[in-house]
Amino acid sequence: MFSLPGYDSFLGFLLIAGAVPVLALITNKLLAPTPSPGERRLTYESGMEPIGGAWIQFNIRYYMFALVFVIFDVETVFLYPWAVSFHRLGLLAFIEALIFIAILVVALAYAWRKGALEWS
Amino acid sequence: MISPGLDLQMNFEQALESFGFSHEVAHILWLPLPMLLVLTAALIGVLVTVWLERKISAAAQQRIGPEYAGALGILQPMADGLKLLVKEDVIPKRADGFLFTLGPILVLIPVILSWLIVPFGQNLLISNVGIGIFLWIALSSIQPIGLLMSGYASNNKYSLLGGLRAAAQSISYEIPLALAVLAVVMMSNSLSTIDIVNQQNGAGFLSWNIWRQPVGFVIFWICALAECERLPFDLPEAEEELVAGYQTEYAGMKFALFYLGSYINLVLSALLVSILYLGGWGFPIPIEWLSTWLGESFNSPIFQLFAGSIGIVMTVLKAYLLVFLAILLRWTTPRVRIDQLLDLGWKFLLPISLVNLLVTAALKLAFPIAFGG
Repeated sequence: MFSLPGYDSFLGFLLIAGAVPVLALITNKLLAPTPSPGERRLTYESGMEPIGGAWIQFNIRYYMFALVFVIFDVETVFLYPWAVSFHRLGLLAFIEALIFIAILVVALAYAWRKGALEWS
Repeated sequence: MISPGLDLQMNFEQALESFGFSHEVAHILWLPLPMLLVLTAALIGVLVTVWLERKISAAAQQRIGPEYAGALGILQPMADGLKLLVKEDVIPKRADGFLFTLGPILVLIPVILSWLIVPFGQNLLISNVGIGIFLWIALSSIQPIGLLMSGYASNNKYSLLGGLRAAAQSISYEIPLALAVLAVVMMSNSLSTIDIVNQQNGAGFLSWNIWRQPVGFVIFWICALAECERLPFDLPEAEEELVAGYQTEYAGMKFALFYLGSYINLVLSALLVSILYLGGWGFPIPIEWLSTWLGESFNSPIFQLFAGSIGIVMTVLKAYLLVFLAILLRWTTPRVRIDQLLDLGWKFLLPISLVNLLVTAALKLAFPIAFGG
């Protein structure tokens, strides 16, 4: 049924892990009093009437980090197979990884220099 | 020498097959047992951790802490949980109801699912899947989506900022974390958590990874605290600035799901530190010595049972030492600023972890025996 060993447990545990929050919320729904209407459903804003919503356009500042993250996350994924089979590959693989990482370090230095990693 | 360990699954399935069940049926009947056991263990672990947190924080501030619910207030976390279970579920009028509910669910599922790969002994884990520790790294990337979702769906300015901060923080610390794990993987030549622990159990505590990966250990621990949003890295819910961050609009059971998720994640991180760096279920001295001292054959069933129990105790003990450290850190350190947090992740931990990986590779080439062949 499963071509990869051990993943039937993954599927089973996914169902059980999914059942925990769902059952908790259903129990809550059955036991808890029904929400009363009125002021309490107002958005919290330090006790004031909320001014405007949060679904507006503004500079979130983090998008540069997100871009750099994508680069390095892909790099990490590439390095995993290299690390697992490193004991069979030897010196050549080490030099190749060195070059690969060096290119990415240059990219990191560039992003750093350009101020992509600055908060302000 | 690798202990053969107890194989409960094989014994259980053989017992069922001797009653006349087919192999497939026996396998399917076995499947939910370890899962429910691990889930129960995780929930009890959370209750103990919450109690420890309240008691230790009280001690740090010279208070008594909970003391009425059960002896020493041990039932207090359970009472809190039951209280939240019967609380009214408030969804703000302007929020997106569907995403608002989905957020906490999406936060909780991956942290529970990661327990799939946590071993308590040679065969004492739910499933020894091939990608092992990588599964946890993959699953831990799902959590920020849930945080971002609940922050956005609340339609509250504090929640949105908290959700964005949570996402930025997780992505900043995920790469050093993955690279620290990578160095350990390189020494074990395997992603499987079982192989990672077995590789460390040659000579008692001297062969634990912490001696060969001290830098990796520190990187992993800092990143684990950041991923769990524990002080000094709890910016997404900084009270003074953001009320409660992405949790601001949450009440009742949905708030409890966030709470549960963060504590399950803390215990999970502590367990993974003990598996990756502190020898997992390994006893501080080689377990074979114990069998010699006790005059019991290493492969006798009694000794295997004894070794298995000691393994579980050791795993939990090491993990709870780290949980204790995390709690003590939370109540004794100030919070960093967001720019300091991002600087630490990108300008310090990321280059250091890359260097650590390359140094590990170089040392493995130079001293293949000491670094896993």
